[in-house]
Amino acid sequence: MAEAILEVRDLVKHFPVTRGVLFKSTVGQVRAVDGVSFDLLKGETLGVVGESGCGKSTLAQVLMRLEPPTSGAALFEGEDMFKMRGPALRRLRRNIQIVLQDPYTSLNPRMTVGDIIGEPFEIHPEVAPKGSRAQKVRELLDVVGLNPEHINRYPHQFSGGQRQRIGIARALALRPKVIVCDEPVSALDVSIQAQVMNLLGDLQTEFGLSYVFIAHDLSVVRHLSDRVAVMYLGKMVEIGTEEQIYEHPTHPYTQALLSAVPVPDPTMRGRRDVIRLTGDVPSPLNPPSGCRFRTRCWKAQDICATEVPALEVRVADHPSACHFAEERAVV
Amino acid sequence: MALLEVEDLHVEFRTRDGVARVLNGVSYHVDAGETLAVLGESGSGKSVTAQAVMGILDSPPAFVTKGAVRFHDEDLLTMAAEARRETRASGIAMVFQDALSALNPVFTVGFQIEEQLRVRRGMSRADARKRAIELLDLVKIPHAAQRVREYPHQFSGGMRQRAMIAMSLALDPEVLIADEPTTALDVTVQAQIMDLLAEIQRDRKMGMILITHDLGVVAEVADRIAVMYAGRIVEQADAVTLFRSPGHPYTEALMASMPRLDQKGTELNTIKGLPPNLMRIPSGCPFHPRCARVQDVCRVDVPRQHNLGLGHSSACHFAEEVVGG
Repeated sequence: MAEAILEVRDLVKHFPVTRGVLFKSTVGQVRAVDGVSFDLLKGETLGVVGESGCGKSTLAQVLMRLEPPTSGAALFEGEDMFKMRGPALRRLRRNIQIVLQDPYTSLNPRMTVGDIIGEPFEIHPEVAPKGSRAQKVRELLDVVGLNPEHINRYPHQFSGGQRQRIGIARALALRPKVIVCDEPVSALDVSIQAQVMNLLGDLQTEFGLSYVFIAHDLSVVRHLSDRVAVMYLGKMVEIGTEEQIYEHPTHPYTQALLSAVPVPDPTMRGRRDVIRLTGDVPSPLNPPSGCRFRTRCWKAQDICATEVPALEVRVADHPSACHFAEERAVV
Repeated sequence: MALLEVEDLHVEFRTRDGVARVLNGVSYHVDAGETLAVLGESGSGKSVTAQAVMGILDSPPAFVTKGAVRFHDEDLLTMAAEARRETRASGIAMVFQDALSALNPVFTVGFQIEEQLRVRRGMSRADARKRAIELLDLVKIPHAAQRVREYPHQFSGGMRQRAMIAMSLALDPEVLIADEPTTALDVTVQAQIMDLLAEIQRDRKMGMILITHDLGVVAEVADRIAVMYAGRIVEQADAVTLFRSPGHPYTEALMASMPRLDQKGTELNTIKGLPPNLMRIPSGCPFHPRCARVQDVCRVDVPRQHNLGLGHSSACHFAEEVVGG
């Protein structure tokens, strides 16, 4: 087995909810990420799926060190990245990059593409000395499938898919080892989405990248991921290989999530195992006690309200955080 | 005679930068009790067609330059304004994608449902309130009697979409147009809303036009499917036929470019290039610059609709070959 490049241990991120302007007092905590642990192996793609409010984007922000964690650790190549300062932190920033969801707001409209992609070199001149920057940017444009001659154009002169390529080129500029992709294709049309997904796959092979691939679209995640983690209300409820999660899910939430995805085959109508959840995701401000999924779960018993189920192997061969985990094929 | 019929509809947007030909001869129909899915990517004209049917295009910049929208065989576009409003109000209703911006934030959900009942049906406040509660019940909003007094911001995303569906059903429409009704919702909530729409459509024998870009949603609920590209319908067929033997290279490519939940894919097929700029639509077949089967004739001649039998039609010069595989 490949070694882990990133080891996340019991990561917690709470956002305080405050009241008052002058005399602020904390009236609650949004438990966006609440005790998440996983490993990211070298060269693999770990998919993270979940619905809005499950904490997947907060996880990305914490892993990028854009937000300090409330507690927990994340080891990058064995070193705790939250304790890094000075030159070590600089190196870390080179090594972990992000591709953002919205290609319309994540590029500065007043900067040319060359400046956007070349900006990381200002901070990390050791990667590309001044004279070679334009050449480097042209190479990057070529790598992501854009015309290198367009280096002086502005973001508005590109389509959504092309802009996402610019965002990817920017993430690649510093030759990172890990790229966190936060919903990189969800703003794109189907035909363009496929182009960007293929590009991400090709780049991974070419540069040996590891991806944390965050998305809400389960089909997209299956397509790109080696392993998949399912999140619900700040907790990881199930993690396993792509095949374990999609073919042998054991957590009721994973099963419901898979069952809810429409399959593009009209002959399958009425022939799939349908699990319909009632209600919406509860507020992370005040999550249910015990198992957080119990308010929408058809298996819930008394124990689910009192005891938080640990993420551990109960049945099958991968961990699942359900007291009553059992396999059920739904796809 | 179809319940609602759009015939050869042409719409253009006249902007400062030029004229965008957004619809270039769109024809489709929907019958009572039937779900027609209109499938297309952004800019294909699927929402503009619906807006033209509803009479809610912003004009300017949008102008209907040609075509007809017939409801019970009467052309809505040539009708007198008041009669047209009356017909649309009670006959055709629409559910929008973004419920938060479609609902008015300063009125209660109940008020917004009741308003139509009082204006169009002349109901008293008390009767309208009673009906509003029934409608919220119908769309499975729990504690309808209390929630009818709440404002849209007090509803969750799924509940808002339910409230909007309740509002659209208030005047018992014969045709319901749902424009990306679940795109803004999470997948488990999306499934709930699609089930609800399908159930209501079946119970009331409504005609439904479902506008979406999601092939999965289409496969689960549509009876017939119309695929749009660059302001034209490029293919129409019943759902099973369209998925089994697509007759247009665009449909074919669209399906091949979709990642699937039930199989681990390798390389996805892609459609090269970008959808056309509607101010400069390519000559001949608008899809030809991106088409894998392009021939010389495609660059010159606009393809007519080829009839492939059993209501299956495709606007491709080589439709018969495409169907054959």
